[in-house]
Amino acid sequence: MTSPVAPPSSGADDLTRRTAADLAAAIASGEVSAVEVTQAHLDRIKAVDADVHAFLHVSGESALEQAQAVDRARAAGEPAASPLAGVPLALKDIVTQQGVPTTAGSRILEGWIPPYSATVTRKLLDAGVVIVGKTNLDEFAMGSSTENSAYGPTRNPWDLTRIPGGSGGGSAAALAAFEAPLAIGTDTGGSIRQPAAVTGTVGAKPTYGGVSRYGVIALASSLDQVGPCARTVLDTALLHEAIAGHDRLDSTSIEDFAPRVVDAVHRGTTDGVRGLRIGVVKELSGEGYQPGVLESFTTAVRTLQDAGAEIVEVSCPNFEYALATYYLILPSECSSNLARFDAMRYGLRVTTDAAGAALVSAEEVMSATRGQGFGAEVKRRIILGTYALSAGYYDAYYGSAQKVRTLIKRDFERAYARADVLISPASPVTAFPLGEKVDDPMAMYLNDLATIPGSLAGIPAMSVPSGLASDTGLPVGLQIMGPALGEERIYQVAAAFEAAYAAQHGGLVPDLAPELEVAAR
Amino acid sequence: MTTVSAPMLMDYDEAIETFDPAMGLEVHVELGTATKMFCGCPTTYGGEPNTQVCPVCLALPGAMPTVNRTAVEYAIRIGLALNCTIADWCRFARKNYFYPDMPKNFQTSQYDEPIAFNGYLDVELDDGSGETVRIEIERAHMEEDTGKSTHMGGRTGRIQGAEYSLLDYNRAGVPLVEIVTKPILGTRAAAPLVARSYVRALRDLLLSLEVSDVRMDQGSLRCDANLSLAPAGTTELGTRTETKNVNSLRSVERAVRHEIQRQGARLVAGERIVQETRHFDESTGTTSSGRSKETAEDYRYFPEPDLVPIAPDREWVEQIRGALPELPWVRRARLQADWGFSDLEMRDLVAADAVGLVEQTVAAGATAAEARSWWSAYLGQQAKTEGVALTELAITPAQLARVITLVNEGALTTKLARQVIDGVLAGDGEPDEVVAARGLAVVSDDGALQAAVDEALAAQPGVADKIRSGKVQAAGAIVGAVMKATKGQADAAKVRELVLRTLGVEG
Ligand SMILES: [Zn+2]
Repeated sequence: MTSPVAPPSSGADDLTRRTAADLAAAIASGEVSAVEVTQAHLDRIKAVDADVHAFLHVSGESALEQAQAVDRARAAGEPAASPLAGVPLALKDIVTQQGVPTTAGSRILEGWIPPYSATVTRKLLDAGVVIVGKTNLDEFAMGSSTENSAYGPTRNPWDLTRIPGGSGGGSAAALAAFEAPLAIGTDTGGSIRQPAAVTGTVGAKPTYGGVSRYGVIALASSLDQVGPCARTVLDTALLHEAIAGHDRLDSTSIEDFAPRVVDAVHRGTTDGVRGLRIGVVKELSGEGYQPGVLESFTTAVRTLQDAGAEIVEVSCPNFEYALATYYLILPSECSSNLARFDAMRYGLRVTTDAAGAALVSAEEVMSATRGQGFGAEVKRRIILGTYALSAGYYDAYYGSAQKVRTLIKRDFERAYARADVLISPASPVTAFPLGEKVDDPMAMYLNDLATIPGSLAGIPAMSVPSGLASDTGLPVGLQIMGPALGEERIYQVAAAFEAAYAAQHGGLVPDLAPELEVAAR
Repeated sequence: MTTVSAPMLMDYDEAIETFDPAMGLEVHVELGTATKMFCGCPTTYGGEPNTQVCPVCLALPGAMPTVNRTAVEYAIRIGLALNCTIADWCRFARKNYFYPDMPKNFQTSQYDEPIAFNGYLDVELDDGSGETVRIEIERAHMEEDTGKSTHMGGRTGRIQGAEYSLLDYNRAGVPLVEIVTKPILGTRAAAPLVARSYVRALRDLLLSLEVSDVRMDQGSLRCDANLSLAPAGTTELGTRTETKNVNSLRSVERAVRHEIQRQGARLVAGERIVQETRHFDESTGTTSSGRSKETAEDYRYFPEPDLVPIAPDREWVEQIRGALPELPWVRRARLQADWGFSDLEMRDLVAADAVGLVEQTVAAGATAAEARSWWSAYLGQQAKTEGVALTELAITPAQLARVITLVNEGALTTKLARQVIDGVLAGDGEPDEVVAARGLAVVSDDGALQAAVDEALAAQPGVADKIRSGKVQAAGAIVGAVMKATKGQADAAKVRELVLRTLGVEG
């Protein structure tokens, strides 16, 4: 495949090409209105989303109303609601927004309109962020390619025949296709970081408990975490600060923890990584990793070293068991979390059998609805989890997995005694063709090889573009992992790396994406 | 679909000679917190269906629980009063099973890490013997209630045969504490009495702790009774049945007794006991088979990942201990001293479950002796006749106190007072309303009496003249006429006095 040479972007006059920080400043100064910015992005969605299919629902009307409110407040001389006031955002369709359809990518929730908003959604709207729509995902966030969506796959803007990663492929693709400068993702085993890696965008999974999960449809409660996605590290940091913080509606959210990640980004841009010890995780490279990915990673390590970091190699022997551990804990929790989808109170309700005869009992309706409403991957994991939690198997499976999880946390603790942050490739491979792994669950699960250990340990981690792979010409992500509550450190390193990359290459990776053919309107 | 076989019951005394019953009692108490266990919805009883619900207790996608701190405090209070150890650290777990009245299709409950464990309760038997039995407490743990299904269109109100079911989630998520005893052994023939006495003692304790209104009739206190039989004198463990939702003290006693007779009959006939859930029928006093536990449900318990562990700090626990309200046995001793009752009198009140009623009647203005006398005599008989508990009679302590006041004021005779109470029990309203409606008051109004006397004298001028002339005994005719006119509600002596005074004659 030919390496996509970046056509010069449409430039600063194209509002969709600008960063969130830049747009917010332009709106605050009166250079452009929030409505103009929103309209530009709605137009872009209309032009390219038939091909990309990043969105399951576009909220044009409400987005413009939100933008108008920002403009009105400014006209009235009120201070901006936040450093992101008026900036458009794409919301992963697993986060509830009152009055807007939320499907989690599943048939079982088709047509459900939430009567309440997630805490994250409320925070965004309070910050004056404009929510332009809900993005596609693997059903209930189960997958690494967005092909498990009941509403059809999202395509990678770098190559429309390839996957955009998953489960948050819609959010990542919306960023890469310039349909929105900001997006919200959720990360259970890598659903923010792996899509960011394969679409050349930035995505961060905060420390578990750093962002409220209230109103976010649960996959695996002990692993799920909401996080910010954008095309630059600074934009990601701005969004991170907008959504982070304690929420009394989420018992697992951390009290008194508000990392100053925007400051950390400025520190990284100006001071770099001088004096920081960066650990390369031995177990997160080698077998299973694409040569082009490893090559890009090696270059990234050198870039960080040149920027003044001390590079150390660390070993985390228990990471070998991370995937097996994850695929016991996740299905167990999800088998229980998804039990509520039973046709009794909301969502799909199947009332006749295959022959058209009426189903009589609640049990029959539940069974038929779940049979038709859930896709194959969801059923696979519910069955796995039900089995793993069964009497007589609990200790061998769920119990043992929790013990290994503790061992993996200890590996991280030992590693952080030697290094301030750890790095690895974020995804073992670049974007693969649609359909290539749909019939091979194990091959699909391996996409999260590098991101799962951090999920099990609940630590903060992010993916920043490290360039394009020499073998496929597609984006590669660098994963930066910090100790629990170590958000500021990873943002500092990410910002320093991004700055060094830009200095070397004269631009950022997202700008290298090939121009999408704009549909005739 | 099911064939009904004639109930086979063994003679009770014979059953006890042949077998030793082993019991385990599980009591669910709905806590009286203002809000639910995991959300802010109100817990008030009897609201319009599905008006006390929110995303959390309806299990909408994305909703998450948070723990009600007051519920934890109440659970600790219960644990302390039951002499339990309070856990330093404990968790909620998910009990997974599908049922439409359970929105999440799992119940958030404590499983192997209860908030309180290893306690006991000393229970005075309700037979007036003054004998005390120590019941060991295994655990007291927190959980949430389910919603309520109403099965419509069937004859039995059970799900079998129903055409459709209505779901009300107002109760879903109401905090519960489940108190589980260790096996209660060696009670022999007294098993039903011990069961009843334990539940009564526990109810009194919970009431004094101010953690629940413990209304068995509204389901805020529910008892499940596990029972098995072992051949007398052995330590063998028999197969147990679990009789669910036994909803009055009397029913607890009857249900245990019935299960002993039923299981006994099966065992001597060489049949085996099926491990199952049974339903108690209040109207027949029998139990019937519910779902069999042979295909035991696997609840797939695991720690609730949406809630952080509960680690009540020791200072808080000691604070709660220090602020425990007066416990029932302490209260009983105090009341006995205040009221000056003998041990026997007090024991009878306890056995009749009338201590609280007497206390409230005294608080409403009656003397202790009056209150005791009414509750244990006339009202005791009424309860017995109606086959209900004293507390279930349709008269409140305040209403009784009012009747007593009317007697003391001379407005009612004891005989009239009984009629007023009958009226209150019949639902005719407050005592004063019954007096007015049925015209039961003693006519003591001098004006009204005088008018009646004047009228009688005017009607019988001859008799009046006789009296005036000194034939005082002739006054009887006038008194009789007045009594007739007042329907017997006047004080005859007073009428006579009035007649003589009116005529200026010395009595
Ligand atoms: Zn609620």
